[in-house]
Amino acid sequence: MPEQPTTSRRRASLLIGVLCLVLGFALAVQVRTTSADSGLGAARQEDLVRILDDLSAREDRLRQDIAGQEDIRDELASGGNQAATALEEARLRQEQLAILAGTVEAVGPGIELTVSDPDGAVGPEVLLDAIQELRAAGAEAIQIGEVRIGLSSAVVGTPGSLVIDGSGLSAPYRIVAIGDPPTLETALNIPGGVVNTVSRAGGQARIEQRDEVTVSALRVIEEPEYAQPAQETD
Amino acid sequence: MIPAFALALGIALGLFLDPTVPLWLQPYLPIAVVAALDSVFGGVRARLDGIFDAKVFVVSFVSNVLVAALIVFLGDKLGVGGQLSTAVVVVLGIRIFGNAAAIRRHVFHA
Repeated sequence: MPEQPTTSRRRASLLIGVLCLVLGFALAVQVRTTSADSGLGAARQEDLVRILDDLSAREDRLRQDIAGQEDIRDELASGGNQAATALEEARLRQEQLAILAGTVEAVGPGIELTVSDPDGAVGPEVLLDAIQELRAAGAEAIQIGEVRIGLSSAVVGTPGSLVIDGSGLSAPYRIVAIGDPPTLETALNIPGGVVNTVSRAGGQARIEQRDEVTVSALRVIEEPEYAQPAQETD
Repeated sequence: MIPAFALALGIALGLFLDPTVPLWLQPYLPIAVVAALDSVFGGVRARLDGIFDAKVFVVSFVSNVLVAALIVFLGDKLGVGGQLSTAVVVVLGIRIFGNAAAIRRHVFHA
């Protein structure tokens, strides 16, 4: 009779032990599972569908963002390129115009022409002729004495006392021109040309071809008083 | 003493073996664990109250786990599995809190 409760109590505590063992086991396994698969594996089907929907919507939004940003990037890149190209073009044009107008110094291959005039017989028309011949031969920048030849240059005076653009000039006259040296020399040497005329006037014209000459004199550009740029039609 | 030792041994076994939970069991295991925890706390409280009965403990343990799993199963079938799981966890949590408070009063007399 006393064995009955002892046996049943032992069996009961054994059962309780087994249950606690199972509980501990399940607890540990569940904790492991939860921390291992970040909850998605144990999530319900409707939760998974909702999560998937959220992610799809988010992906769509982000893709739209990407497309928009790429458009903006392309726009900015092409705009930047156009601006840079226009700036470069404008700079080149400004340089060309500055050399033509004589507002900057110029260097390059060219000739140096020295005209001596011992008899004082070389008139303004000789220098004008020289300027025209040089221009016709493609001279890009010309300097006589300390005067840069530009659009409004004028040679006046009488033989022996020449005046160019308002400043007096005395022999020997030194003319520097930038262009193709052989072409320029040929242009001055044509029969009846500058060299010919000078020697008939008792002077001497000496031409030197140089790989590099410097046209250092500058012109001051005056603001046009009457002329205005016509409206561009493009 | 034996239950505490068995519990620790179970935890050690679970961590050591690291088995994969079968897919059909995954929704029920967490609820079952919480239900079993509730039974254990109830058992400890009864023990301290001096009214512990092994038979009651075993029956309540098993029935708690089964009923909790059944509720979740029914909830899943009815399409309210998430909400019912939450409800079960809330109820069991409240019971665990109550039992823990009683245990505390016994142990610390406060």
